[in-house]
Amino acid sequence: MKYLAQQAINALQLGSIYALIALGYSMVYGVLTMINFAHGDVFMLGAFFCLLLIALVPVPFWLALIVVMAATALLGTLIERFAYRPLRKAPRVSAIITALGCGLVIQNTTLGISPYARPMPRLLENATYQFGGVTITMLQIVIIGVSLGLMLALDFLIRKTSFGMAMRAIASDRAMVSLLGIPANEIIAITFAIGAALGGAAGLLYGMAYPVVSASMGITVGWKAFVAAVIGGIGNMRGAVLGAFILGSVEVMTVAVLPSTYRDLISYSLLLLILVFKPYGLLGKPALHKA
Amino acid sequence: MYFANPPMFGLRSIPFAIVALTIGSLLVASCQPSKPSVKIGINAELTGEMPAVGASCKQAAELFAEQVNRDGGIMVGGTKIPVELSVVDNSCKADQSAAAAQRLISQNGVLVMVGPDASSCAIPAGELAESLGCLMISPWSTNPKTTQDTQTGKPKKNVFRACFTDRFESPVLAAFATKNLHAKTAAVLYDVTSEAPTSQSALFKEAFEKAGGKVVSMETYSTGDRDFSAQLTKIRESAPDIIYLPAPYNDTPLIAAQARQLGIKAPFLGSDAWSSPDIIKLDTGKNLEGSYFCNHYSTEAATPKAKQFIADYTARYGNAPDDVAALTYDAMGLASQSISSAGKVDRTAVRDAMAATRTFEGVTGHFVYPEGARDPEKSAVIMQIKDGSFHWVSTVDP
Repeated sequence: MKYLAQQAINALQLGSIYALIALGYSMVYGVLTMINFAHGDVFMLGAFFCLLLIALVPVPFWLALIVVMAATALLGTLIERFAYRPLRKAPRVSAIITALGCGLVIQNTTLGISPYARPMPRLLENATYQFGGVTITMLQIVIIGVSLGLMLALDFLIRKTSFGMAMRAIASDRAMVSLLGIPANEIIAITFAIGAALGGAAGLLYGMAYPVVSASMGITVGWKAFVAAVIGGIGNMRGAVLGAFILGSVEVMTVAVLPSTYRDLISYSLLLLILVFKPYGLLGKPALHKA
Repeated sequence: MYFANPPMFGLRSIPFAIVALTIGSLLVASCQPSKPSVKIGINAELTGEMPAVGASCKQAAELFAEQVNRDGGIMVGGTKIPVELSVVDNSCKADQSAAAAQRLISQNGVLVMVGPDASSCAIPAGELAESLGCLMISPWSTNPKTTQDTQTGKPKKNVFRACFTDRFESPVLAAFATKNLHAKTAAVLYDVTSEAPTSQSALFKEAFEKAGGKVVSMETYSTGDRDFSAQLTKIRESAPDIIYLPAPYNDTPLIAAQARQLGIKAPFLGSDAWSSPDIIKLDTGKNLEGSYFCNHYSTEAATPKAKQFIADYTARYGNAPDDVAALTYDAMGLASQSISSAGKVDRTAVRDAMAATRTFEGVTGHFVYPEGARDPEKSAVIMQIKDGSFHWVSTVDP
């Protein structure tokens, strides 16, 4: 029991980070039906921006989080403006290749500047709490708390504000939205900015949890978050979060009960099985009705 | 037909002119009689998972070449011929290291290839060296498969190494764990997708259980994983006396930090993949303090020859050489000795000279190559991470 509770906390931490990244994939897909494969690298840059910031000025965690989110948001907008917008009317495959290209450019630029893995300085006191044999660290509480906070804020933004309504409208019919006088380009840019900011926040949190930062850190995690978004129903925000927590739990629990060699085999087989029965993902709906 | 009737100074012809000029000048350059030189290829992990390894390899090879060329070069059949290095990055990936080997051997025409260092890269590159008939000396790959023919299980003809193998290293660590640390139980956590850790873990388990210990948990992960909490929680349940972590220098601090956060207090034991000083830089939480690992050489227990190398390397690059650098320097030494005793610039002759080498005095100790063997018998050292640096504990002779 104690063992399972400990593994549940591990799963919660992993799931929270996957969820923040998966949201970025899902939001962009929601408004543009495009898979932003550069997102995993924006996530990686979140960790590097934090390193850079702390090297310049030692700031507390909260400030670092805000600055990193702002920086990645700006980056996301720039990518959208200069790489994706010119191709919006191009065949979908061109947009995907551009996204892959953007990701590789970001990754290899980082690799060129910093080929070495770098240690992430400690931003928080390393306190550990014991609850009947279950260990939870301050860091885990912060990661889970910040992730949940950001997710709730996003959910509110999408469901309760006019911006969210515009975003949902673009998802369902972009041409009509422009006719109605809603500035579609601005809304899409802001969507990219929010998605990238969440990715950057995830990068920072991930860098704190696993404090060795390298240019290739976005690849595996980015893929897993993308899978999570698809499982939950890409384009659907609550689905992305659900998918991420399922993926995190399946990964951790597979290792908990089976030899760890089987982790990816079992978790991905299970996820494929979900897609066989729910081809649009758990909360996804067939085209036209997204978000 | 473009050039059939070209406009004399048309704007459109400018790009063609540039291309033609470039190709032309390249042709002229390649037709010039080149100075005779001995080409040695370096197949190194300059980018990818372990850039510190590639950097050490490249730096040591360059230092060696500079020193040899200062005296005029390698003595080949009565004349001194300078060494020319050809350094290619293998990105620490199996396919790219094979591509790099192909390029060095077929395209750059190297006489000897030094590297790759990581076993995952050295094994595929070795296959190419074998089929293309070029001597390859891996400085750092400890996996037995590197120098073995996959079909027959016999030693490869062209592939040698400058280090001991896992068959020696893992039992040394297992013996150290049972005798010196009095460990009765051990847990192992390793990257199942990487060659060296997989073979090291299996050999460690075998040796540890032969010595009377018990491996209570054997956990794995994949290259690129950052979260080890599930595996470590499982290891915590099995309460081992020691944890064997044959992980590279950049994964180890992560694993150690997560283990300590979960309240695991058992000491860690590591392989020679820990030997880059970067491991200490990355271990900001000092979680590896007191851990032991097996290494190829120690600056603290150095022979006069090694001392000279350490001084030269430090003067040139500003930091002490790690084991990859020392082993690369020795691999270069072996290569240059073979070229010299071959007496001619010829791949087969150089390979035969290497195969005939029985002993070699390197900076990492005394090498003995038994008849027909591709792996040297040489001593290992046990090191400890203490007060933020590596300290020599003991030397184990074969």
